[in-house]
Amino acid sequence: MKYIDEFRDGGLARSIAATIAGEALSDRLYRFMEFCGGHTHAISRYGIEDLLPANVEMVHGPGCPVCVLPVGRIDDAIALAMRPEVTLCTYADLMRVPASGGASLLKAKAAGADIRMIYSSMDAVLIAEAEPARQVVFFAIGFETTTPSTALSIGLANRKQLANFSVFCNHVLTPPAIRAILDTANLPEVERVLVDGFVGPAHVSTVIGTSPYVALAAEFEKPVVVAGFEPLDMVQAILMLVRQVNEGRSDVENQYIRAVTEGGNMIAQREVAEVFELRDTFEWRGLGQLPASALRLRQAYGQFDAEQRFAIVPVRAADNPACECGDVLRGLKKPADCKLFGTVCSPETPMGSCMVSPEGACAAHWTYGRFRDRARASAVRAAA
Amino acid sequence: MSSPRLRARKLDIRGGLVDLSHGAGGRASAQLIDEIFREAFDNPVLDQGNDQAAFDVPAGRMVMSTDGYVIWPLFFPGGDIGSLAVHGTINDLAMAGARPLHLAAGYILEEGFPLADLQRIAISMGRAAAEAGVTIVTGDTKVVERGKADGVFITTTGIGVVPAGIDLSGDRARPGDRVILSGSIGDHGVAVMSKRGSLGFETEILSDSAALHGLVADMVAVAGPSLRLMRDPTRGGLAAALNEIAQQSRCGFLIEEPRIPVRPEVVAACELLGLDPLYVANEGKLVAVVEPGAANAILAIMRAHPLGREASVIGEVTADDQYFVQMTTSFGGGRIVDWLSGEQLPRIC
Repeated sequence: MKYIDEFRDGGLARSIAATIAGEALSDRLYRFMEFCGGHTHAISRYGIEDLLPANVEMVHGPGCPVCVLPVGRIDDAIALAMRPEVTLCTYADLMRVPASGGASLLKAKAAGADIRMIYSSMDAVLIAEAEPARQVVFFAIGFETTTPSTALSIGLANRKQLANFSVFCNHVLTPPAIRAILDTANLPEVERVLVDGFVGPAHVSTVIGTSPYVALAAEFEKPVVVAGFEPLDMVQAILMLVRQVNEGRSDVENQYIRAVTEGGNMIAQREVAEVFELRDTFEWRGLGQLPASALRLRQAYGQFDAEQRFAIVPVRAADNPACECGDVLRGLKKPADCKLFGTVCSPETPMGSCMVSPEGACAAHWTYGRFRDRARASAVRAAA
Repeated sequence: MSSPRLRARKLDIRGGLVDLSHGAGGRASAQLIDEIFREAFDNPVLDQGNDQAAFDVPAGRMVMSTDGYVIWPLFFPGGDIGSLAVHGTINDLAMAGARPLHLAAGYILEEGFPLADLQRIAISMGRAAAEAGVTIVTGDTKVVERGKADGVFITTTGIGVVPAGIDLSGDRARPGDRVILSGSIGDHGVAVMSKRGSLGFETEILSDSAALHGLVADMVAVAGPSLRLMRDPTRGGLAAALNEIAQQSRCGFLIEEPRIPVRPEVVAACELLGLDPLYVANEGKLVAVVEPGAANAILAIMRAHPLGREASVIGEVTADDQYFVQMTTSFGGGRIVDWLSGEQLPRIC
């Protein structure tokens, strides 16, 4: 198919992979973090790791909006949905995310909560318009990619003067998360992330452009290559990162030129700025409280803010203490290093954030890649 | 099904709705059965009007299967809940190598369901059964209050007979056996999804809903005992079918993505919706595990049948104590094709 097959060409991939193997210096290790869950998914689904030489490793980053949403926010959403007057509209991938005490939106729905799975935030506005007796709440999550559509929905609800529409806002920002991963100067040495560069976000960058990464790349001396989500995009971006490392550069480069510009989508940015403002701080599952890392509705749109309308008092809930998602999200550990991985924690019964979404590092490894653990284990046995 | 002969006037099929009296067992029930079901299914066993069907059976092994149909929407490109309820149960029988003989059909109708839609579904069932050479010999109709069901739910139960010497079972796969897929995957799921209100995308894709026993009869005739097992990859798609067989046979699979036919329209729709065609439902495809020496002959006979024209050997059975279904991707890497976790799409059949 046009615009898909071209980017999944196995022959071309092998030739780029051969170039990577030729240019990667054999006496060093290259560790690159793909920030986005979409990239993690592509690596796993297409088996990209099998094409890379042994000394080029991919580290899975925290760019999965479902994964980084803290348990407390799911608890809040369930509490909202259980209110008799509320219809909670959500994307389907949130339905199974485990909340406190074994709860989930799926179970709340079975227990009678009016929860509807939608494919676009605009659907929630249409439901609010069609059912004026219901308080329709859109459970908004996502990075900069999905924020503009939430902003447009709020704008539409405002123009329609819908008194029964609101948004439970959980939109988060990419650059502060990258900073949190790199800014480890205050941490003990064993907790510092050893990443040589980043595969930068694809869809996020179509909105924010490449310029927000420039300061990060310079400050922490790590190259960033913004890449598309197709497997060939990934392989090419990895080659570009290897070259930057070899040349001692820490530039922001754009592999995804067919969709991403330096400045990004100005119209989308304007819509977002109109409706949203920065929160002082926001909790990220696995990364903790990060300053200026998330958005809330501006006071001018406060009537559409579900947190204000329903006076939500944020719930704090702890993850399973044995869960290593924090270290996995920061690239310190691989999924299989966690004691819970594949024992009590699997996509059917996820304990931690990385196992809940197909874009999460643990779920992707479990679903697509765990056969490699067996090869690794037998290689270790053979070496011993 | 009984048939009182006294009746005031015919059912208002064009404008009428199912009401609670249609399931009460009285004259209205009998009229509904007579004017909609018996009319559409048209066979002498049903016409006897008994509460059960009596018929002679051929000698040999019999197979029996039952399946409930709750698909939504009821009408979709390439079929409807009626034809699906016939094809689906026939295919469950056929996967044992059986020739299907008779079906029983149970209906749960929601009060207020349009009689015109019910008739359309019944006619479609009758046509699907006639084309497949099976008869719908008995049935049941119940009506529940508005809101207690969603239009119509159908359960069909089928019986069939297996030729002598054929004994297929999901635990028969052996390392080295070949895996044959009868055609492109994902058509049914995408066709149904395209009609879901909240998605509403345009596609030319029709459901592949079809009765597979004709194809199976050709395969059985050629393959005999070298045919180890068959499965129709319905809910959960090809991925679920292979994982089920791996568990039953205590083996693994290694399949090759480039050999799995997927229509470009299905690929496009799956891209749009974030789905993997390997997990999307089919209603007219089968997977066969066959002895390696017989693979070419079976493939040839499948390709000679209209429902197997795109048949392809997609991989083989491996020895694997963890029962992994592994796949070599088109891109050149490797991955697991795991069980689906959760429900990718509800009410697809």
